[in-house]
Amino acid sequence: MKIAVLIKQVPGSESPLPLKSDQKWVDEGSIAYVMNESDNYALEEALQIRESKGEGEVVVVSLGPLRIQKVIREALAKGADRAIHIETQMESNIDPLYTASNFVNVLKEESFDLIFSGLQSDDVGMGQTGVLIGELMGMATASLAMKTELGDGNIKVKRELEAGWFQWVTLSLPASITIQSGLNTPRYPSLKGIMGAKKKEIKVVKPNENINNQSIEKVYLPQSDKQTVMIEGSVDQMVEKLLHTFRNDIKIF
Amino acid sequence: MDILIILEDNNGKIHRMGLESIVAAQKMATGLGLSTGALVLGANSDALADEASNYNVGEVIKLNNSFLESYSADGYAEAVKQVIEQEGPSYVLFGHSYQVRDYAPKVSAKLMKPFLVDNVAVNINKGEAIFTKQMFNGKLFSDIKPNGEGPYLVSFQSAAFSSDSLERGSSLVKEASVNIDSSMIKTESEPPFKEEAGGLDLTAADLIVSVGRGIGKEENIPIAQALATALGAELASSRPVVDAGWLPSAHQVGSSGQSVSPKMYLALGISGAIQHMVGMKGSKNIVAINKDPEAPIFEVADYGVVADVLELVPKLTEALQ
Repeated sequence: MKIAVLIKQVPGSESPLPLKSDQKWVDEGSIAYVMNESDNYALEEALQIRESKGEGEVVVVSLGPLRIQKVIREALAKGADRAIHIETQMESNIDPLYTASNFVNVLKEESFDLIFSGLQSDDVGMGQTGVLIGELMGMATASLAMKTELGDGNIKVKRELEAGWFQWVTLSLPASITIQSGLNTPRYPSLKGIMGAKKKEIKVVKPNENINNQSIEKVYLPQSDKQTVMIEGSVDQMVEKLLHTFRNDIKIF
Repeated sequence: MDILIILEDNNGKIHRMGLESIVAAQKMATGLGLSTGALVLGANSDALADEASNYNVGEVIKLNNSFLESYSADGYAEAVKQVIEQEGPSYVLFGHSYQVRDYAPKVSAKLMKPFLVDNVAVNINKGEAIFTKQMFNGKLFSDIKPNGEGPYLVSFQSAAFSSDSLERGSSLVKEASVNIDSSMIKTESEPPFKEEAGGLDLTAADLIVSVGRGIGKEENIPIAQALATALGAELASSRPVVDAGWLPSAHQVGSSGQSVSPKMYLALGISGAIQHMVGMKGSKNIVAINKDPEAPIFEVADYGVVADVLELVPKLTEALQ
């Protein structure tokens, strides 16, 4: 069982997001990066499958500039066997077809049974890469997986639908599946894992597809058309003002 | 036609996000001087075609193909691709539903044409459509332009357009055919099912106290519960709280949980990810308490308090008692 896990490094939820002066992208120099949340669950799912089968290989594949090796190391420390880094220079080619095509060039060199990815990145949030890759490689695909059950030559996936509905889908292997947050409990790396990760291979390759079918014109702060009344003061004053708002403005009592 | 709208089935009716994408299409058609058409998909396509014909959508296309009676990503993607090839639209519009997320990227891959997803607006500038999308979990917006030759696939976020402004009309229905065979369908689906929601119906609640990641840890949940009890409100949460196992999934509000519209939605430590906001922005009054003044939840809040939930909420509860 050979599983590729696609991971992305994205700004942490608490990170500042200063804009570059040309407003084409954020100023990456002052951002605190982390592993994309749903990718972390995808990695955990792959590691658990390898452990339950008692054999196999988990390969993390990531696309981006040199800085992303931090999350690659983190994934190796958690137990991935080796990694492939598609090293890009461009910081903001947001076209998912660019990303997917470059992943496909690397993935097709090896025969993976499964490709796992997070369902959506917490930066640009295109939410397509895993499905695009599966389609480009002629694999079965499923998105929003909430549970996986590996069978003999196939995998059964519990997909999340809207408003509390679910559906089981069976895919023959090889398959590309996008993973929803919350389907398992991602592990933390052990000290031994962290030490061991230093010896694991990170193969660096260059992207060779240069597609750019959609691009950013401008990035900016949201402009709210809603007037928000800000309640300010000391904590006690805030409590008093909130009670006043509940009673006189919202009229809940 | 120039703009093809894809309409999804929701129990025999057009999915609400499909109706909203008709509004987007009508706006683009006017701004760019383009014609429109709509494709209905699914087992109930006769009923959907009837419903669509009451709107100003140009023409309505329905397909008669047994492989489309139940949903499969492969079948739907192939059908949409073939209709695009037959009709030659410049734009193909979708609502950004979970079904669309599942199959529309496959259409993009088949055609090697871009899929611009989850847009909240479209603006026409010098004869070009520019689409606006939220990024970084709603903290920033970006204007995105498709490049190269169309068709361009575009989806709109839930409630990006209001179906109240849908133009009525009388559109003709035509049948089209697509070639799909069983070898194209690589998955086998079981019927959808609903998981026991634990009996908690938040949709009818008048007052909701909702808790997010900012509550810090599971041991702090009773602080929010105490406030809910003091207000006579239901306790809800955002997804990360459910993912962490701090509350059962029945409490979840958002695209994958319940959609609510109470008289007051009091958000405690909720940053306001897009997936959460689509489930609560219809609330009559939104009060947000969050220590991060940049949190996107303040964009939709009627009343905002920049404060530490753990400090403010116990005092608020005490004052209510």
